[in-house]
Amino acid sequence: MTTDTTGAIPPVGETDDDLIQLLTPEGERVHHEAYTPRIDDLDRAALEGLYRDMVLVRRFDSEATSLQRHGELGLWPPSLGQEAAQVGSGRALAPQDYVFPSYRELGVAWTRGVDLHQVLHQFRGEDHGGWDPAAHNFHLYALVIGSHTLHATGYAMGIQRDGDVGTGDPDRDRAAVVYFGDGATAQGDVNEALTFAAVNDAPVVFYCQNNHWAISEPTTRQSRVPLSHRGQGFGVPSVRVDGNDVLACYAVTAEALERAHSGGGPTFIEAVTYRMGAHTTSDDPTRYRTRADEEVWRRRDPIERLATLLRAEGSGEEFFTALEAEAEAFGEGVRDYCRAIPVPPDSRMFENVYATENAQVSAEREWFTEYQEGFDTEEAAG
Amino acid sequence: MTATAPAPANQRLAMAKAINLGLRRAMERDAKVLLMGEDIGALGGVFRVTDGLQKDFGGDRVVDTPLAESGIVGTAIGLAVAGYRPVCEIQFDGFIFPAFNQITTQLAKMHYRSRGRVQVPVVIRVPYGGGIGAVEHHSESPEALFAHTAGLRVVSPANPSDAFTMIQQAIACPDPVLFLEPKSRYWDKADVEVSAAEQVLDADAGLNQARIVRPGTDVTLAAYGPSVATALRAASAAEAEGHSLEVVDLRSISPIDFDTLTESVRRTGRLVVVHEAPVFFGAGAEIAARVSQECFYHLEAPVARVGGFHAPYPVAKLEHDYLPDLDRVLHAVDGVLAH
Repeated sequence: MTTDTTGAIPPVGETDDDLIQLLTPEGERVHHEAYTPRIDDLDRAALEGLYRDMVLVRRFDSEATSLQRHGELGLWPPSLGQEAAQVGSGRALAPQDYVFPSYRELGVAWTRGVDLHQVLHQFRGEDHGGWDPAAHNFHLYALVIGSHTLHATGYAMGIQRDGDVGTGDPDRDRAAVVYFGDGATAQGDVNEALTFAAVNDAPVVFYCQNNHWAISEPTTRQSRVPLSHRGQGFGVPSVRVDGNDVLACYAVTAEALERAHSGGGPTFIEAVTYRMGAHTTSDDPTRYRTRADEEVWRRRDPIERLATLLRAEGSGEEFFTALEAEAEAFGEGVRDYCRAIPVPPDSRMFENVYATENAQVSAEREWFTEYQEGFDTEEAAG
Repeated sequence: MTATAPAPANQRLAMAKAINLGLRRAMERDAKVLLMGEDIGALGGVFRVTDGLQKDFGGDRVVDTPLAESGIVGTAIGLAVAGYRPVCEIQFDGFIFPAFNQITTQLAKMHYRSRGRVQVPVVIRVPYGGGIGAVEHHSESPEALFAHTAGLRVVSPANPSDAFTMIQQAIACPDPVLFLEPKSRYWDKADVEVSAAEQVLDADAGLNQARIVRPGTDVTLAAYGPSVATALRAASAAEAEGHSLEVVDLRSISPIDFDTLTESVRRTGRLVVVHEAPVFFGAGAEIAARVSQECFYHLEAPVARVGGFHAPYPVAKLEHDYLPDLDRVLHAVDGVLAH
């Protein structure tokens, strides 16, 4: 990658001719014959809504990162820099679409109505999940890379069997959407998922956030071709989009969903973005990338560019000031919430291992309960 | 869907046919049940267990999948999340390992990590075990690897009647079930009470329970799947020598019905565990440890184990030496009786 910290913001890479962009890093609209009509429904209030989404998600993310630094969370995967890729796509979904996230999808969770505080539970070590997937059509985070692309594909096969594609009813037609990273494309499961989706015409959208890094390994260690070519190789229509352009992410996802909803099958989206923070808080990006590279991407910030557009199109400073105050209040509550998450009861360990009574679990639970009660008895006696 | 022709209460069926009939019953009963696997459609599976089902239920319910085991189980998980009850067929035991990750890290744990909000009632059928003269990776017994994983049930029928019942119980069960079909017994025939199916669907009532299939007084033989027939033959042979052997068919490997087993051992005072899987770290190790702990004062001899060796499953010409046969079981019985 060329590092240019003085002149115009450089393009994303050498194969960017096919990169869909509707909003430049300088905050100017770009007309695209196929995709601009997809954002016609986004009036200024909607654009302000997308901006608010991104600002609040970033604020929450930065608080969570700080909480980990203070020892309140065991780990945190920052989503700094990927807000547009997540919010833009998430806002294009219908309520009845079902999302299978990876583990960095804070912005998508937000668009699905998940109370972001619930996401903290997993990283504080209180839960393996934290929210009710069915209540938000947002599945639990998947930590085994790429495993959930198959779950999404299977879910989409279920949608087909339920007859919920191609009905023409916008409240009924639905799809599965799976989020994963550039590293995941190297996994066998992702390739099997693309195969199953393609041969079944499954209504599933593969949304790959190419954030350039799989922990310390650059995308060039995962693939010799642009990742969107992977989809094409399986016969899945594929598109590359500027992942820091919230409007383009919205538009390409809307198109992919229209294809899925109408019975047109799967789509592969490569959202080219950049993970500005560490992979997780246990990672040290200074060991494998330069500040100069980070600076290039900082100048493509997804939030800044939308702010420029909003100002140009008439959003007043009162909007920004009010949002700043809202974000401040939102952030302040995060610490208190996090610290108040209780340690789960011991018995939690044995709950829901099976949906049915299981002799093995019952016996061990009984033994452990008696063992614990023995300490209480000793204490009382002592 | 075609209606099932009126059938007599009892039919003499081979195990493969009994499972086929059980699958048919489950599919007729619940439109959310679907089968998926390699070659299970027009071919009816390489063992013909799904013979005729695609013809009757269509390609959407009997799905010929791409040749990708992780894909089969992984998409089954998604289908289950969407409200379906997928029954996967893995073509052979040795080919389950590409799906190992999906089974152990995803399928087994989704209910737990969702704190009960998500159920994944997936059944994975696997023709397993040796004795049919196959090439490598076609004769293995990987049950211990899966029994070690919390969240999965692991079961194996030993006869056609149980196979017919247990496959329906497994499908009705809200937990994921690894259903190990003893391929060497696929062609064994027995009377199957096909009219009883409706009464046995309560998975909790039956799928967990071991069964004493032959009462005896001197030694307990514990076995499951393909080894039950071997144990029964050994018991018959021992009778001729004046020894009374009790045979317990465990049926479920996870969980294990220790109550039935320990009651038997307390009566006989001696236990020999028989399975095809390697003895080292096998199901017999768990059983021996547990029975030694719980029946220590009733045991007249150390628990003996008979099974496979700590070697890859051998070539077909040597598998008769690897598999526990009548003589090795009787040798172990002699050993525990010598105490």
